[in-house]
Amino acid sequence: MKGHEIVEKNIGLMTVFMVVAISFGGLVEIVPQFFLKQTTTPIEGLKPLNAVQLEGRDVYIREGCHVCHTQMVRPLRAEVERYGHYSVAGESVYEHPFLWGSKRTGPDLARVGGRYSDDWHKVHLFNPRIVVPESIMPAYPQLYDNKLDGKHTADKMRALAKVGVPYTEEDFAGAERAVKGVTEMDALVAYLQNLGVLLKEKR
Amino acid sequence: MSTFWSLWIVILTTTNLVLLLWILLANRKRAVVGEESTEAKTTGHEYDGIEEYDNPLPRWWFWMFILTFVFSVGYLIIYPGMGAYEGLKDGEGKSWTSVNELRGHQAEAEKVYAETYGVYSKMPIEEVAKNPDALKMGFRLFSNNCAVCHGADGGGNPGFPNLTDKDWLYGGTPEKIHETIVLGRKAAMPAWGSILGEEGVADVAEYVLQISGNDHDAAKAEIGAKLYTTNCVACHGVDGKGNQLVGAPNLTDNIWLYGGEPATIRQTLRDGRNGVMPAQQELLKEDRIHLLAAYVYSLSLEESN
Repeated sequence: MKGHEIVEKNIGLMTVFMVVAISFGGLVEIVPQFFLKQTTTPIEGLKPLNAVQLEGRDVYIREGCHVCHTQMVRPLRAEVERYGHYSVAGESVYEHPFLWGSKRTGPDLARVGGRYSDDWHKVHLFNPRIVVPESIMPAYPQLYDNKLDGKHTADKMRALAKVGVPYTEEDFAGAERAVKGVTEMDALVAYLQNLGVLLKEKR
Repeated sequence: MSTFWSLWIVILTTTNLVLLLWILLANRKRAVVGEESTEAKTTGHEYDGIEEYDNPLPRWWFWMFILTFVFSVGYLIIYPGMGAYEGLKDGEGKSWTSVNELRGHQAEAEKVYAETYGVYSKMPIEEVAKNPDALKMGFRLFSNNCAVCHGADGGGNPGFPNLTDKDWLYGGTPEKIHETIVLGRKAAMPAWGSILGEEGVADVAEYVLQISGNDHDAAKAEIGAKLYTTNCVACHGVDGKGNQLVGAPNLTDNIWLYGGEPATIRQTLRDGRNGVMPAQQELLKEDRIHLLAAYVYSLSLEESN
């Protein structure tokens, strides 16, 4: 092919062609999702996390829960039978960043809300071996001692509001009061108990 | 999907395929063999004495590439890929989606479950509890759904009831067990610390130790007995035997949900306890719950045998 030599000898031109070549997949598979109804409309009843749950989510991220736990029930029979209704995009529209995860060392948590009691979560997070002797999950006793001060909760909410989470002035105003003095344990449990409760499918 | 995004996907996908095919074909060449020798010619590039042969793609490789195009065309006809096009429809007029596939697999599985779980769902729980096959399934269901709180053997954990003893908080009849699983339970032991004071909490704790047959301080227990009569009888009864209607435990049998050490009893009195059994009615199917109720019922039967 005649033009080949030109491309091979002009690295800038080759870069342009390479970018064009590899961008097709993203343009077709990713870009339309930013605009599709199914992926951008919240499901019925979806509310932004309240102040305590939001701080709980940050504890979840800080402790790296998403490294071992996914939040994504795939539409496969075995998964739906174990965890409940498969995850849908409309559940995650207020998630920034999403915590779908990519590897399960522990079970999926997308539908863990309401499945166990608050007490169980607290005992289990304090030391998983108390209730599940064979568990390899690390213990998180420090969550009992750490208290939240709520200084930055409103800021976090404002940041999320900038990317489309419908927090109101009222939420910002009440955030610090709601969070101050709450233990990280209580916040994390509040977050977990809220996960995936909107879609139900009997197992 | 709007027409715009549908077209976007169709045009980009088609363009991509056409460009790839063009590049493949445009660069295709036959092996060029020199006139004097049978060896292939070089491209003429030379660097530090290193030359480059001008060979075509191996034939099998070229045809594999062509095959991928054939595959992609078939794929895009059968499955939804081209924008809003839904793919070929099956006999029922449904095209392939991951959810349709899931529902299909679930329907197949339910047929199997109807022959395993389903057989027992009409049978009374007492009878199911004597059927070894049903109990095997019950055990697996229990391991998956209940064991994290109640323990793999149903022996309980601190704060989570032992299901193998004869001591029931809400009743141990098959009906009550079934009700507990379906509707869940919420215990409401109030915090007495602010009402009784630390002194009163200690006194009542000694009384509770006394009626459960443990070492206790008799003088304190005597004061505790009076406090018990005014504050605790409504739920735990005059004799301390509890009340299954409100889930108030029997205090006289020396079986402890949270622990029978004096300090733990004081903590229970001071801060209250609010144990929760999550309702399973929206989580588990009825035939599973039926088997579970039978399995849990059988646990307390075995104890008596």
